[in-house]
Amino acid sequence: MTFDSSTLSAIKLTLQLASLTTVLLLLIATPIAWWLSKTTSWLRKPVGAIVALPLVLPPTVLGFYLLVTLGPNGPIGIFTNTIGWGYLSFSFTGLVIGSIIYSLPFAVQPLQHAFENMSARPMEVAATLRASPIDAFLHVAIPLAKPGFYTAAILSFAHTIGEFGVVLMIGGNIPEQTRVVSTQIYGYVEAMQYTQAHALSAALLIFSFVILLGMSLFKQRTLRVMP
Amino acid sequence: MTTRTSLIQCQLQRHDFNLNVNLQLPNTGITAIYGASGSGKTTLLRCVAGLEKPHHASITINNQVWQNDRDSIFIPTWQRSIGYVFQEPSLFAHLNVAENLKFASQRASSNQQSQQLLDHAIDLLSIEHLLQRQTEQLSVGEKQRVAIARALASSPQLLLLDEPLSALDQNKKEEVLPWLIRLRDDLKIPMLYVTHAMSEVTRLSQSLVILDRGQVHTSGPIEDVLLSTGAMSALNDEIGALLTANVKEINSHWHLARIDFEGGSLWLRNSNFQLNQVVRVRVLAKDVSISKQLPQQSSIQNQFKGVIEQMTPDIHPSQTMIHLRCGQTPLLARITSRAVQTLGLQTGDTVWAQVKSVALV
Repeated sequence: MTFDSSTLSAIKLTLQLASLTTVLLLLIATPIAWWLSKTTSWLRKPVGAIVALPLVLPPTVLGFYLLVTLGPNGPIGIFTNTIGWGYLSFSFTGLVIGSIIYSLPFAVQPLQHAFENMSARPMEVAATLRASPIDAFLHVAIPLAKPGFYTAAILSFAHTIGEFGVVLMIGGNIPEQTRVVSTQIYGYVEAMQYTQAHALSAALLIFSFVILLGMSLFKQRTLRVMP
Repeated sequence: MTTRTSLIQCQLQRHDFNLNVNLQLPNTGITAIYGASGSGKTTLLRCVAGLEKPHHASITINNQVWQNDRDSIFIPTWQRSIGYVFQEPSLFAHLNVAENLKFASQRASSNQQSQQLLDHAIDLLSIEHLLQRQTEQLSVGEKQRVAIARALASSPQLLLLDEPLSALDQNKKEEVLPWLIRLRDDLKIPMLYVTHAMSEVTRLSQSLVILDRGQVHTSGPIEDVLLSTGAMSALNDEIGALLTANVKEINSHWHLARIDFEGGSLWLRNSNFQLNQVVRVRVLAKDVSISKQLPQQSSIQNQFKGVIEQMTPDIHPSQTMIHLRCGQTPLLARITSRAVQTLGLQTGDTVWAQVKSVALV
């Protein structure tokens, strides 16, 4: 069976959103995860809780606050409008921001565990070999935490593809702009087009299964390689 | 040539001990830091490396100030010209052997000098054939040799070694020790060598620092420290002379070799010696006994004349430490206080020292 053009554009948009979110998320999550794994500051627990918030918060609540903040009366909305970017609500950029916040714990936590499981020794060795802290972080800590990065990337990507509540609230399901696979399925069901809903749902189901299977196989392999 | 000074003053409070050290380092050779576990040896080394920040410290190596509280100077580890060999090999698991070495040489201050030193170290430690291996394919002994080469590749001004042999079994120790001796003789940099094994101290070092619960117990040239009464409690049975001698005669019939030192000679088991080879031997105080006349019928073959310079009480009141001088060479004998009285020993007496056993180091 083939998908119609509106479904194909939803798939394309979903993949774009997930890829962009994953890349940005890894850049943002890495320093946060490093800080959380090394700091002894009292801020560690509160910051850790804020990062984990999307795990328990209903997506609609998160989406609602984002909508209000990014919209015409929100502080960020007013700011972006003043500098000429317009409002980010109901836009692809708004979706990216929402996805980043929503998937933050899925990127931070695997990285944080990877950094925490790494002993202090490799970084000390790097320092005795004249590597500056940033040099050591880039060339020792990150390569040693590679399995954590793979897990973080896969989880962030898959989780972004599966999100619904946040994108519906902040993106508003506009075809070719903010309509992604999950909201497309919702649309089909609303319109009683069960055949199309079935096809797309089955595709997502298979996708999710393959991702999880691939990840567990990959973990087994890296466990065998890593001492 | 300007004089180079290396001074380490360091104070650090830990829950189990207070580190309080004040040392001047020689410019070359190995200085051993010896002490029981928990005496602060590793902590001292980490303070010198800047991996630990002491409360009060003044650390100057080769006239460069690495830490000085008065002027609020603290040079971070990565800006100190050190090589550090950790107790366990600690190679980077994500890099192979050659890449581990390259990590160090790339970051050295002088690239050319570092490359020369690295080539030299690869040669000295014979690890050429290991270069393309992954680190997990190496034995512990090979890993530690690579770790030593890597520490040298950054062309350090000071090499810090934290019990580099303790992770190895006896055979592997024998495999790595000769490389360390070659490094000591070939490289013109000072090394600090932390250990709790006296056999490593006597084989490797020229000077010795004895640490006891964070305090410097005794320090100085190794021959002096091993004879000093101050070190008695820390050294226990290990107290006694360390002699440097020449192999002068090899008796193939009895499988013995005669070694001569200033003031006497000793026979010991021939272990494939060459004539005129320089050897270091230990004559422990507990293995030396004293006689007023040359004993005529004794199984002990090593006997020589000496003068009693001093007699000091030993740790246990039943024993007395006799300081002898045989020619130029000082020697210690640990005998019972009762024997001192029975023989009527006095300072200035000429006596015969009988050596029950001599250990090659």
